[in-house]
Amino acid sequence: MPTICLTAARSITASVNPPRATFVDLPLGNTVGRPHDPEFQRDVLRRTFAAAEAMDQPGTITDLGVGWDSDGSWKRFATSTGVGSGDGGDDRRQRVEIPQYQYESDRLAAGG
Amino acid sequence: MQVPWQHRAMDAGTPVDYIALTRAQYDELGYPPYQWAERPDTPPWTPLRAPMAESKVALIGSGGAYLSGQVAFHWKDDTGIRRIPTSEPATDIRVTHFAYDLVPAREDPNIVFPVDRLRELVDEGVIGGLAPTAIGCMGGIYSARRTTEDLAPAIVAEVVAMSDAGEADVALLVPV
Repeated sequence: MPTICLTAARSITASVNPPRATFVDLPLGNTVGRPHDPEFQRDVLRRTFAAAEAMDQPGTITDLGVGWDSDGSWKRFATSTGVGSGDGGDDRRQRVEIPQYQYESDRLAAGG
Repeated sequence: MQVPWQHRAMDAGTPVDYIALTRAQYDELGYPPYQWAERPDTPPWTPLRAPMAESKVALIGSGGAYLSGQVAFHWKDDTGIRRIPTSEPATDIRVTHFAYDLVPAREDPNIVFPVDRLRELVDEGVIGGLAPTAIGCMGGIYSARRTTEDLAPAIVAEVVAMSDAGEADVALLVPV
């Protein structure tokens, strides 16, 4: 089956090397666009699908020309896991095999 | 932690290099370098079966999306998948992940799992259809072996079944 992969992490996607990818210059966690901005998100997807039709070389990453703001100022605060204060030490969270629910009500709804 | 300036994008046009940032972070902490997946060979290629306006899209997201009522992902190499119906609005979609800031996606799950947007693009005629089920997974898995042996085959099996059922012609992958 043909595939198309979005990415906001260009160097990682270049390493993984999928058949077709579209790059958006957005902060991690906002791959499809700004929250509560449906037209921005639809535009990212329209451009992605247009690029999927246009690409014909495996391993191509098409830069969609989509950015978060006019000067890329968010990048000054970029960390390995997104945009944050970046002044702590090891900011990797402890990982355990316990489901991490968004809401307590989700845990209850799942019978947890 | 102050990442060395060399690893920060110094102008608006340069993509952030997360591999370099992670390498710098691990160096700073005294850990061995993170082993990124590297696939230098030419990837396999399947042409589109039809123009996108005539193609049904299967959504696969690795940002940790699940439906309220389903068990959430844990963060320690969880290779599970969640089947999420695409006919419902995103209001009952939740996200959980340890490697990105969840606040924006918890306000608007479409930014990592765009079910509402894809339905709208079907209505617009940009895509021919949306597979009735989308696949959520939690892509923060440190074991490449478990990703390759457990998670990827499970996703492939779902997508093959969708294709066989005439529900999907092209897969859209949305990572975080």
